[in-house]
Amino acid sequence: MSTGNMNLTLKVWRQKNSKDQGRLVDYKVSDISPDMSFLEMFDVLNEQLISKGEEPIVFDHDCREGICGMCSMFINGRPHGPKQGITTCQLHMRSFKDGDTIVVEPWRAQAFPVIKDLSVDRSSFDRIIAAGGFISVNTGSAQDANNIPIPKQDADAAFEAAACIGCGACVATCKNASAMLFVSAKISQLAHLPQGQPERYRRVQSMVAQMDAEGFGNCTNTGACEAECPKGISLENIALMNRDYYSAKFLKEEEIH
Amino acid sequence: MSEINSHIPEGELAQKWTKYRSSVPLVNPANKRSLEIIVIGSGLAGASAAASLAEMGYKVKCFCFQDSPRRAHSIAAQGGINAAKNYQNDGDSVYRLFYDTIKGGDYRSREANVYRLAEVSANIIDQCVAQGVPLAREYGGLLDNRSFGGVQVQRTFYAAGQTGQQLLLGAYSALERQIGMGKVEMYARHEMLDVVVIDGKARGIIARNLITGELERYFGHAVLLCSGGYGNVFYLSTNAMGSNVTAAWKAHKKGAFFGNPCYTQIHPTCIPVSGDHQSKLTLMSESLRNDGRIWVPKQKNDPRKPTDIPEEERDYYLERRYPAFGNLVPRDVASRAAKERCDAGYGVGASKLAVYLDFTANTERYGRIEATKQGNHNPDKETCMRLGREVIKEKYGNLFDMYKQITGEDPYETPMRIYPAVHYTMGGLWVDYNLMTTVPGLYALGEANFSDHGANRLGASALMQGLADGYFVIPYTIGAYLSKEISTKPIPTSHPAFEEAENNVRNTIKKLFEIKGTKSVDHFHKALGKIMWDKCGMARNAQGLQEAIQEIRALREEFWKDVRVTGDANEFNPELEKAGRVADFLELGELMCIDALHRNESCGGHFREEYQTEEGEALRDDEHFSYVAAWEYQPGTSFTLHKEDLNFENIKVAQRSYK
Amino acid sequence: MSNSGKAFSSSIGKKLVMGITGLFLILYLIIHCFLNSLIFVNDGGLTFNEGAHFMATNWLIRAMEVVLFLGFIVHIVQSARLTIENRAARPVKYAYNDGNANSKWYSRSMGLLGTILLIFLIVHLSNFWVVSRFTGIPTTDANGHDDLYAVMKLTFQNVWIVILYVLAMVSLAYHLLHGFPSAFQTMGWNHKKYTPIIKKVGFWYSIIIPLIFALMPIAVYAGLI
Repeated sequence: MSTGNMNLTLKVWRQKNSKDQGRLVDYKVSDISPDMSFLEMFDVLNEQLISKGEEPIVFDHDCREGICGMCSMFINGRPHGPKQGITTCQLHMRSFKDGDTIVVEPWRAQAFPVIKDLSVDRSSFDRIIAAGGFISVNTGSAQDANNIPIPKQDADAAFEAAACIGCGACVATCKNASAMLFVSAKISQLAHLPQGQPERYRRVQSMVAQMDAEGFGNCTNTGACEAECPKGISLENIALMNRDYYSAKFLKEEEIH
Repeated sequence: MSEINSHIPEGELAQKWTKYRSSVPLVNPANKRSLEIIVIGSGLAGASAAASLAEMGYKVKCFCFQDSPRRAHSIAAQGGINAAKNYQNDGDSVYRLFYDTIKGGDYRSREANVYRLAEVSANIIDQCVAQGVPLAREYGGLLDNRSFGGVQVQRTFYAAGQTGQQLLLGAYSALERQIGMGKVEMYARHEMLDVVVIDGKARGIIARNLITGELERYFGHAVLLCSGGYGNVFYLSTNAMGSNVTAAWKAHKKGAFFGNPCYTQIHPTCIPVSGDHQSKLTLMSESLRNDGRIWVPKQKNDPRKPTDIPEEERDYYLERRYPAFGNLVPRDVASRAAKERCDAGYGVGASKLAVYLDFTANTERYGRIEATKQGNHNPDKETCMRLGREVIKEKYGNLFDMYKQITGEDPYETPMRIYPAVHYTMGGLWVDYNLMTTVPGLYALGEANFSDHGANRLGASALMQGLADGYFVIPYTIGAYLSKEISTKPIPTSHPAFEEAENNVRNTIKKLFEIKGTKSVDHFHKALGKIMWDKCGMARNAQGLQEAIQEIRALREEFWKDVRVTGDANEFNPELEKAGRVADFLELGELMCIDALHRNESCGGHFREEYQTEEGEALRDDEHFSYVAAWEYQPGTSFTLHKEDLNFENIKVAQRSYK
Repeated sequence: MSNSGKAFSSSIGKKLVMGITGLFLILYLIIHCFLNSLIFVNDGGLTFNEGAHFMATNWLIRAMEVVLFLGFIVHIVQSARLTIENRAARPVKYAYNDGNANSKWYSRSMGLLGTILLIFLIVHLSNFWVVSRFTGIPTTDANGHDDLYAVMKLTFQNVWIVILYVLAMVSLAYHLLHGFPSAFQTMGWNHKKYTPIIKKVGFWYSIIIPLIFALMPIAVYAGLI
């Protein structure tokens, strides 16, 4: 059914459930087309497994166009594979060579427990947003959108931070499994906008507290997160978060925690 | 007279919503606390509804099958969101947005709903900006707009090529805020597998916990389906892999009528299929048509590279056929025109199923403007192209990168190749003015309902509708129903109706495992998709549709005999999830063909080859088909047609012309 | 606990502690390096001993010495804590992790480099600081100051000590290459205009300071001093 000519060896992490130990299992795939996406190559492999009566490999994926943030494979030692600025679903087989061996593992972090095979639980990210990653405005109470002019550079900076897709590649690649890039992106987005000011210092404290409670590691500024982020979220956001955090804790009188 | 009541309020069109909103019964805050609402789906419609209802004080449970509510496929919408703000002072108004939407929908949508949509459109932008959605701005700090197909004003708000993402994250953060406050209980990785109906009213759902495989029962005084569209019935579409019809279809089988199932939108600018392995198609935003010119060679099977084909040997067929709107004709028109050229043998690329989308002319134009700004009034072509590329990159950089990533070709150097692909379904569960289906207490919002786009949706209107339904319509209209439910105590989920629904779900799952056939779920899905695309796709005819119905029935039968579902019911099992969804698509596909076959006219996205003008335009039959086809499910997979007549009192019905 | 007190126990607070102590130690290195380079003044160590005498007798310097020790201890203890926590944040390791693809090896090896530096520090303190403060320097120079210069010359006759010192200074260079810009980032001082300058300054600082330090044992051993 496939039309290509690449033959590959895959070493894929298989783990029955969260309690299982898990291990790397070798698979061979053949006739892979360079035009296939990495996940389509997995589709081919899964079809093979099903036809043999084996259980296909579970992996998270949905939009397959690099925006939903659901796909999450650690490919040859890097989140989302060897290319920069893309997600796993946007990785194409032309980035590999015939005969390659490819190691595929799930994201690994205390705060991202493996559910099955390559699928992990990233609900910790949701809880961090729930702790403060919002502007408290109820539906229907907004003023006209053009009443607050926002300088283009601020709007652009907010947008760049807001482009985060919540995939968790930053955590996956960080040697400390730290979530600071993710958390700072949201803090920074809202800190750049006038609408975000009223809750600015409250937000940074509650989000950081939740991040710590989830068991993510501490940032040691290796910069791996920024290098691997499929959306190019900048380390500047972390610096901004740090600044806001110090202001909140040392300069503001309001007690949050 | 319609057979079904759409509950449109009396009065003048422009006053209907205002008056209705002020007179719809209210539920007092103390009672809201004891009323429970179930929301299925967490996209624009679901997240905005769940958040807004929780803010009002209702107890909300929200379900999504993804691992987080932020993944819903609304996130992939690229181009923008319409709103009648008239910030550009180009003559936009609520009426004009209303008019454009009705006309764009080929006069097959309900006036009152569309007018309401246009009215609340402006509030959506206000709400989103207040939430911190970083929409694009001009240097003066005010919001920027761009134009989209089918209209002649600039009313589309956007955030680069990621408008859907930004709007969804806005709604998601509002939802998370309510979750954090304990007012919404979120159930991610849960899939709704049935609606529970008690005494004729929707009272809850059966959901499968996708991690443990357990079937769980949930009670609600009302159930809101915000589960999106069913474009994945075609297998290949721009929808996410998980997008499905299951929630809507289960509701349909429990008595909710399905409206206009055959109205599907084929989007003109998608990256063409590259091979059999293809699992999904990727859209190139309609906004590209602002600056890209679409053409094919004038010579059939022209072997030359596009850049080697001189200007006079190119056929800019949209500009030729529709001089007034040119490359910005609505999607249905653009898609059909592309198909027409390819069918006639002028297609390009290896498959010959593609046309060029060329940015050269506008790159050069932008470059000339930039050069002038820099004081160079006589730039050579090279300079223009270099400077123009920077402008294009600023506007569409992410889309160009995406194209290059997928095709391996650089669109800055050579024209993009595009072809139409399934993108959106205008059809969906039939709802009345309150967004309630024919099952009391069961609502459908966003793409899951049929309501606002008629036979064709205009670009940047889906985001508008999803958010309008969730933020500004349902919070009011649900009061009409819930105000009568304040004395209904929560029904324990041990009620026999829950028991029975759960057993049915359990049996279906068991049946799927017992087949132990030879073919994978994807095999059947692909086969169904091919039938649908070939015979119920961009162009349809009676014979093809009749064949399709037979083929789908046969395929369905084969599915239930020969599908292989691996693994176990009591574990995380995506194959089982897919199997259930494909089983539903196999029934829906038949209904789509039945609907397409019965509608002996062409309108919007529904093009019947037998019904076209001499110039190949869609030929409507207003005398016989100016109605919404609402199909009722009958046991044994047959369907009964009900009609809701469409009355146009405020708009002159005419043949749609973009010439 | 107070708001600000608790701040130090959060992830960002712990980073802040590392950053502040790191910056403090960076400043200290400049002074230390300047004073030590007095050995290159060709006067048989008189200037150098003069400087050492000043450092040993000025009360402000003595007070700062305590702060310095605290700085070292906090920096070391905190980093040990962070390392343990960060290990726990990923209980199951990757079978294959291509760290070099996205970060510098020394950024990921601050703990290892720091441990080498700690070993060096212990040796270094026992070589000079313990001698000058506690066990006493046997000789005095022409000015009547303790002849630390002589102690140094004697110490660096041992080739193993010289090798250890040079290795440690290589470790210090890498430690600083990461630590210098990292401290600024942690403090939140990231700015489109100034960060590139900080990075440049940090780079040269990280090369020059350890180089000067390393030249001392080499020069002594080679008989140039």
